[in-house]
Amino acid sequence: MGTLLLQAILSGLLNGGVYALVSVGLTLIFGVLGIINFAHGALMMLGMYVSYWLFVLYGVDPYVSLIASALGLFGLGVLLERLLITPVLEAPEHNQLLLTLGVALVLENLALFLWSPDPRTLTVSYLDFAPMVGGVMLSPPRLIAFGVSVALTVLLYAFLHRTDVGKAIRAVSQEREGALAVGINIQRIYALAFGIGCACVGAAGTLVAPFYTIDPYVGGIFVITAFVVVVLGGMGSYFGALLAALLVGLAESVAAVFIPAAMKQIVIYVIFVLVLLLRPQGLFGPGRG
Amino acid sequence: MPLLALSGVTKTFGGLTAVKALSFAVEEGEIVGLIGPNGSGKTTVFNLITGFLAPDGGDLTFAGRRLVGLKPHQICRLGVGRTFQLVQPFHRLSVLDNVRVGAFRGTADPRQATAVAEAILEEVGLAAKKAFLPPSLTLAERKRLELARALATGPRLLLLDEVMAGLTPTETAEMIAFIRRLHRRGLTLLIIEHVMQAVMALSQRLVVLHHGEKICEGPPQEVARDPQVIRAYLGEEAASA
Amino acid sequence: MRRWLSRLAWLLVLVPCLTLPLYVGQYLAHLAVMVLFFAYLGVAWNILGGYAGQFSFGHAAFFGLGAFTSTLLHLHWGLSPWLGMLLAGVVGVLVGLFCGFLSFRYGLRGPYFALVMLAFAEMLRLLFETWMAYRYPLGLPIPLQGTSLAAFQFRDKRVYYYVVLLMLAGATALCAWLARSKTGTYWQAIRDNEEAAEALGVNAFAYKLLAMAISGGLTAMGGTFYAQYFLTLEANEVFGVQISVEILLSAIIGGAGTVLGPLVGALALQLLAEATRVYVRAFSGFDLMVYGAILIVVILFLPQGLLEGLRRAGLALRRAAGAA
Ligand SMILES: Nc1ncnc2c1ncn2[C@@H]1O[C@H](COP(=O)(O)OP(=O)(O)OP(=O)(O)O)[C@@H](O)[C@H]1O
Ligand SMILES: [Mg+2]
Repeated sequence: MGTLLLQAILSGLLNGGVYALVSVGLTLIFGVLGIINFAHGALMMLGMYVSYWLFVLYGVDPYVSLIASALGLFGLGVLLERLLITPVLEAPEHNQLLLTLGVALVLENLALFLWSPDPRTLTVSYLDFAPMVGGVMLSPPRLIAFGVSVALTVLLYAFLHRTDVGKAIRAVSQEREGALAVGINIQRIYALAFGIGCACVGAAGTLVAPFYTIDPYVGGIFVITAFVVVVLGGMGSYFGALLAALLVGLAESVAAVFIPAAMKQIVIYVIFVLVLLLRPQGLFGPGRG
Repeated sequence: MPLLALSGVTKTFGGLTAVKALSFAVEEGEIVGLIGPNGSGKTTVFNLITGFLAPDGGDLTFAGRRLVGLKPHQICRLGVGRTFQLVQPFHRLSVLDNVRVGAFRGTADPRQATAVAEAILEEVGLAAKKAFLPPSLTLAERKRLELARALATGPRLLLLDEVMAGLTPTETAEMIAFIRRLHRRGLTLLIIEHVMQAVMALSQRLVVLHHGEKICEGPPQEVARDPQVIRAYLGEEAASA
Repeated sequence: MRRWLSRLAWLLVLVPCLTLPLYVGQYLAHLAVMVLFFAYLGVAWNILGGYAGQFSFGHAAFFGLGAFTSTLLHLHWGLSPWLGMLLAGVVGVLVGLFCGFLSFRYGLRGPYFALVMLAFAEMLRLLFETWMAYRYPLGLPIPLQGTSLAAFQFRDKRVYYYVVLLMLAGATALCAWLARSKTGTYWQAIRDNEEAAEALGVNAFAYKLLAMAISGGLTAMGGTFYAQYFLTLEANEVFGVQISVEILLSAIIGGAGTVLGPLVGALALQLLAEATRVYVRAFSGFDLMVYGAILIVVILFLPQGLLEGLRRAGLALRRAAGAA
C-alpha cells in the first residue's frame, strides 16, 4: 500500500506538470480574450500528431519536433484568432463557446478523416526503460514531460512579467481600455496571446506523445481537466494554474488507488463543481467582492 | 409615518465609505431631490433602498416595513420602482414587451399586461415605437422607456436616477412636465438629478450628499444659499463651468 | 383574407405532417423521426437556453436519466414505459430543480453555468458507466417484444413517428404559450438583463428554477423515447457530450429563443447529417466535420440562427420585389 501510494503521488505530480502547461495556455487565452477555448484539447491532439508523423515519416526525435509543434500551433492559433475569434469577441459568451466547439469538431474529425481512428503510439527507443527507485517506478518520458512542462510554464511566466510584449499582454488582460489608451495594439496582442496559448498546448501534446496513446479524440480528457485547473487556479491566474494543476494531478491519481479506475475522473468533476459553487474565484484567486 | 425612512445607513466598498450614517425620510406625496457631486454616493443610496446592495449598518423602512434583507424583486413588489442611471433595456424585447415585463407585476393576464403597457407607452409618448427594439431608440427615448417600465409596476414610490442627463432643453422640459403629472396623480418621488434647474423646479425638499454624508437638507432655496453646499457642490460646478 | 391565408398555410404544413407515414417507407420514416425528435429536444433546451438565457452544456444529464428511469422501471418492475416516461419527466424536473438550486443560488452565470452542467452530465456518465459495468456487464437485457403498445415497442417506425410528432406538438404548443405569457416574458427579461428584471419585480431565481424544471422534465421524457426507439442503452452514449451538443445545436442553429427555431434547426442538421452520411460514407468523421463547419459559419454569419436568416432574406426579397 505504501509504495502504491508513493507511486500514485509521483505519477500524480508528473501528470500535474503537463496539466499545468495545458492550463496556462487556456488561462492565458481566457485572461486576455475572455474566451473559454473548447478547441484546446483538439489543438493538443494536433501537437501529438505533428510529433508522431515527423517521427514516423522522417525519424525526427519528438524532443526536437517539440519546436515544430509549438511553432506550428502558434501559427495555427494566430490564424484561428484572426479569422474566427476576432469576429465574435463582442458576441454573447455562449456564441464564443460554440464557435470554439465548432473548431474542435472540425479539427478532431479532420484528424479522424485524415488519419483514421486507429490509436497510435510513439516509442522513443533510448528512453524505453523504467528504473525502480525505492520500489517506485520512474518513467523517463514522464519525467522529461514534467520537467519541460514546468520549465515552459515558468518561462511563460517570466516572459509575461519581464518582457515588454509580455507586459503589454498582461496590461490588456487587466485593463482593456487603459491598454488602448497607452497605444497598445490590441488586435496584435489578441492574436499573440491566442497563438502562445496554442503553442503551449501543442508543446504539451508533443511531451505526452511518447507515453500516451494518440487518437483523434484524445484531447477531450485534457480539455476538461484543464477547465478544472483553470477554474481552481482562479481564471486567468498563471501561478494559480500551476499549483492547481499539480493538485488536480495528485487528487486524480491518489483517488485512483482507492476507487475503481474508471471513476478516477469523477474526482476531478467533484472538485470542479465544488469549486465553481463555493469559490468561483478559484482557490488561489483573490477573495470575493 | 414617512413612506420611506433611512436611519444611520452606511455602506463601504473595501476601504471606501460610499454612504456614511445617512438618515432622511420621504413623506407620502412628496418630491424629494437627492443631489451631490459626482461619486458622492447617490446611486449607491438607490441601490441600498432597492435591495441591490446590503447596508453595512443602519436601517431602511418603506411604509413601516424593514427593507434590509429583502431582495430587489420583493422591494419592487412592496411598491418601490426605480430607473437605472445607465439605461438597462431588455435589448431583444420590443419596446412594448419591455414595458409588459413591468406590467406583469400587477396581473398574470397577458392581454391585460399589454393593455396596461400600451396605455403607459401612450403617456410617455412612445406608442409609435412600440414594435421597435431598444437599440434603435434615441437616448431620450430609452430614458422614457426606462421610466415607462418602472411605472408599469404600479409603484407608490418612484426613484429616478438622472432621467434628464443628456437630454435637450425641450426634452428636459417635457420630462419635468411629465414628472409633475405623475406627482399630481399621487406618486411619491425621490429623484437624483444633476440638472440643477430641473431639480430645483421639481423638488419640495433637497437632500445633499457629499462624500457619502448628508451635508444639508431643506427647501431648494435654502439649500442653494447654504455655504457648505455651495462649497461642496455648487462651487465645484461653478468652478468647472 | 389574411386569416384565411394563415389557415391555409397551417393546412399546408399540417396535412403533409400528419399523412407523411402513408407514403414513405421505413428509411424516410426513420429520418423524419430523427428530425422531429431532435426538434423536440431542441424545444426543451430552448426553454432554458433560448428563453431564460441559461446556457446549458449538459442536457445529457436529463436525457440519460430519463432513458434509464423508464428502462430500469420496466426491467425491474415491469412498469409500462409510457408510465415510465411520465416518471422520467418527474425525475427530470427534480434533477433540474436540484442542479438549478445549486447553480443559481451561488449566482453562476454564462460559461460557468454551462461548464457546471457539463460536469453534472459527465459525473452521471461516469457513475452509470461504472454501475453498468458492475451490474450489467453484458448490457441491459431489454426484452424485445416486437410490437406491443403496452411495452412502447413497435416494429414499424411510422408508429414512432406519430408518437414523436405528438411530443413535439405538445412541447411546441407549451413553448409558444409560455413565450407570450407572464412566465415567458419574465424569462426573456432575465435573459436580457437580470438586474433590470429584478428591479421590475421578477424573482429571477425562482423563474430560472422553473425553466430548469420544465426543460429538464421535457428532456428526460425525450430520453425515454430514445430508449424505446433504439431499444439499447449505453451510459456513455445517453450521458455523452455529443448528446448535449446535439440537443443545443438544433435550437442554436435554428434560432434560440424562437418557437419554431428548433424545428428549422433540426430539419437542417438532420438532413445535412444524413446527406453527408450517404454521400461521403466512406470517410468516417466527415459528417461531424461538416457539422462543426456549419456551426462556425452560422455563429459568424447568422448569430441569431437560420430562422432569422430566412426572415431577413424574405424581407430583402419583398423589398426587391417592391422596388422592381
Ligand atoms: N459596486 C461598487 N463597488 C465598489 N465601489 C463602488 C460601487 N458602486 C459605487 N462605488 C463607489 O462608491 C462611490 C459612490 O458612487 P455612486 O455611484 O453612488 O455615486 P453617484 O453619486 O451616483 O455619482 P454620479 O453622480 O457620478 O452618478 C464612488 O466612489 C464609486 O466609485
Ligand atoms: Mg450615480
